[in-house]
Amino acid sequence: MSLGVVMLVHADFDRAEQMVRHWAAGGCPVVIHVDSNVDDTAYDRFVANLGDLADVRFSTRRRCEWGMWGLVAATQDAVQHLLADFEQVGRVFLASGSCLPLRPISELRAFLDASPQTDFIESATTADVPWTVGGLDRERFTLRFPFSWKRRRRLFDGYVRLQQILGVKRRIPKGLVPHMGSQWWCLTRKTLEAILNDPNRRRYDRYFQRVWIPDESYFQTLVRKHATRIQSRSLTLSKFDFQGKPHIFYDDHAEILRRSGCFVARKIWPNAQVLYESFPCATDKAASAVRPSTGTVDRIFDKAVERRTRGRAGLYMHSRFPNMEKANGIAAAPFSVMQGFDALFPDFQNWLAQQTEATVHGHLYAKDRVHFVNGATVFRGALSDSARLRDYNAQGFLTNLMWTTRDQYQCFMFGPADTQSIRWLLAHDTNARVWVISGAWSIPLFLSGQSAAEVRTEAARLQHRENQFLKALRAPDAHARIHIYTLADFLENPHDILQMLVDQIGGHKAHALGQLPEMVDLSGLPAFLQELKNQGMHPYLTGHLSEEMHRQANVVSEPRSYVVGHK
Amino acid sequence: MRAKFSDAWLAYRLRWKRRRILLRICRSRKQIDLRSDRTKQIAPGAVLAFSTVRNEMLRLPYFLDYYRRLGVAHFLIVDNASTDGTADFLAAQPDVSLWTTSHSYKLSRFGMDWLGWLQWQYGQGHWCLTVDADELLVYPHCDSRDLQALTAHLDSQGLPTFGALMLDMYPRGRLTDVAYTQGQDPVTALGWFDGSGYRHRVHPVFGNQWIQGGVRDRVFFRADPDRAPSLNKTPLVKWHWRNVYVTSTHHMLPRRLNQVFDWPSKTKMTGALLHTKFLLDIAARSSEELDRRQHFENSALYAGYYQDLIAGPDLWTDRSVAYKGWKQLVELGLITPDDWR
Repeated sequence: MSLGVVMLVHADFDRAEQMVRHWAAGGCPVVIHVDSNVDDTAYDRFVANLGDLADVRFSTRRRCEWGMWGLVAATQDAVQHLLADFEQVGRVFLASGSCLPLRPISELRAFLDASPQTDFIESATTADVPWTVGGLDRERFTLRFPFSWKRRRRLFDGYVRLQQILGVKRRIPKGLVPHMGSQWWCLTRKTLEAILNDPNRRRYDRYFQRVWIPDESYFQTLVRKHATRIQSRSLTLSKFDFQGKPHIFYDDHAEILRRSGCFVARKIWPNAQVLYESFPCATDKAASAVRPSTGTVDRIFDKAVERRTRGRAGLYMHSRFPNMEKANGIAAAPFSVMQGFDALFPDFQNWLAQQTEATVHGHLYAKDRVHFVNGATVFRGALSDSARLRDYNAQGFLTNLMWTTRDQYQCFMFGPADTQSIRWLLAHDTNARVWVISGAWSIPLFLSGQSAAEVRTEAARLQHRENQFLKALRAPDAHARIHIYTLADFLENPHDILQMLVDQIGGHKAHALGQLPEMVDLSGLPAFLQELKNQGMHPYLTGHLSEEMHRQANVVSEPRSYVVGHK
Repeated sequence: MRAKFSDAWLAYRLRWKRRRILLRICRSRKQIDLRSDRTKQIAPGAVLAFSTVRNEMLRLPYFLDYYRRLGVAHFLIVDNASTDGTADFLAAQPDVSLWTTSHSYKLSRFGMDWLGWLQWQYGQGHWCLTVDADELLVYPHCDSRDLQALTAHLDSQGLPTFGALMLDMYPRGRLTDVAYTQGQDPVTALGWFDGSGYRHRVHPVFGNQWIQGGVRDRVFFRADPDRAPSLNKTPLVKWHWRNVYVTSTHHMLPRRLNQVFDWPSKTKMTGALLHTKFLLDIAARSSEELDRRQHFENSALYAGYYQDLIAGPDLWTDRSVAYKGWKQLVELGLITPDDWR
């Protein structure tokens, strides 16, 4: 049984000619439809160039516009022409001028002969597949689309809207179940004749003339009525982007096209010299044994579409500038921020780095400079330690840091003396884990040896700033994971809190903490705080401290059994 | 309501600004003299390159080769009083049309008035690439797909512009020790860049992303980040005679051309311009710059910057990133292929 080709051409005639010659050389009669928008000189030259081929015909030219009926009418004409002129043709392959056969025609023939009386056409019901773009799936069949989507977008949209408001619904002709699928198919003579000679064809054609993108649904629907055996897949490899436009294949796709085992691919970039030179190429294995498998191609292109529509979380660049207020995770990866811990435990950073495998920075937002881990002046990605550069765009600094270090967990210290402009980000980012010991700012003041009267102003300032931070953290729309303890609360049970903190960084229950970091000597702090009160500055964020408390805290190193840790 | 009104008012003012610039471009047409005219070669659909050059003999041979390979069909170049034979070299190239001028670079809005006139005349309907001689455009798949393929893709997506981030390339070691010979790929001599630390914000007037950062920001503008160079550029544009560049190729009017990124969270394809400023002539150029005072806007403010450059500092740190091609830039998140696979 012989294979015939219907080819739809509207541009790049040199390549189209090359392809026609290829099909003809493989022994396939070709009927070509050229869009009537193409100017006559180009058309005449194209026809003249192909004059030497006996089995090539040109069908009546029609105006073809994407998404409109013209394409289907042109296909119908050309198929009729082909079936009438070439008696021997048993199957028709629909191709375009930018389709490139990837495997020899003999292999395609062998493949088709192995499954006689089978129609290869992708055909699925609208209800079951999410292929369509723009929300019009079922409605493609129940509304009218007289206006071109490409040229008269507003009219198109307006008319759709109007029909939706009025609740207009077309009746789908009896006996038809709308199906959709790739425009490119390979059908048997029997099925095509049944479609073209259907007694109801005029009624169906009239219906499909007002359906949107009928070239993806006309044959796909009618084939369900007439065919005996359908393989619902297209023999033509084509991928679509998120707008429903076809992806173009370039020279660098040669390898994945070869591996796909597909017979024909579209669309091919007209200047893809390498592709046009290297294909079609025979497969190594027994020719008919290789089945088309589009796994790799699908994966590569689907990933691209996903990245295009979702972006990469946490990445802020030239082309991606999300609205942070609506973003889900702001930074690229989870990170922890600790306030007050380093005041209480002088060696806290080293201790935490030992307990976990995280990178533990000092005060990244300190006023003097950025305290990267190990005192680096330039950190990964050549981030500078200049406080001025950092404060110039404080949020950007953090998102940049988290993006470049997203392969490793980051922790940093924070405090009321630091630049506060990332407060909002820390409270809102779902990736932030914020741990605060409120009132811990009083410890360095206490240890400085100055009298309460001398540090009174500074204490008031720090307390005010910390309170602002806590307010942000307690806002209803703060989505970070937030843990706030007063100094007094913390001293009640430092072990369990530190255990939770370490567990959270590890992402699972870490092993039980052995040694706690060494705590500063707090004896005299309650008296110091009382002295502050006497000066009129009430340190309300510390909680109620008593002299016994810290002593007790230092003694307790075993977890208390009645406290149930939670994450 | 108020916001709407002020938007409309801004749009109206910018429309007049654009018209003023067009008028300026038209007036400055007499400043450039035609040296060699090969514009008859320009075929419909060809990608054109526009550039203003001054004493660029060191970079030009590679520059022309690079862009020819990428598929630029014709170069339209204005030579601003070169003294090193740049003009003669360019006039001898078969695909270059050359104009010369000795007028002030600064007063011509850094060459944009001259190029604007050429773009107005020859650019209509073409994809126009506007780059300096020290800028090499890199975009996704640039090693296998030429600008014809890129622009066809942009056309199919309905995008009139292509944005690029300037990446300052620098050597390992002092700037004065760079070994480079004419015609060599400058990236082999300046193989390093800063992989992160780029600040972004939305420009209040032009609505595009204003990007600063990179090595110059890290080393020279620590104390005054406001003055750090802008790194966002829109070098590739499907030209319409109404278009104008406002400050170098950083901003354009009409404003919609600046939308080289999708709001709020999707991505559009972008590229990078490898900036090969720090070749060995940097010290000489910097001291000349100090005398000419033709730098951007407020020349006096940049005196310290040029003095630093003359000293030939070492910009390299062990956190610098060695350049390995466009895929690496995608991984670092500096450029994005969108869904162009």
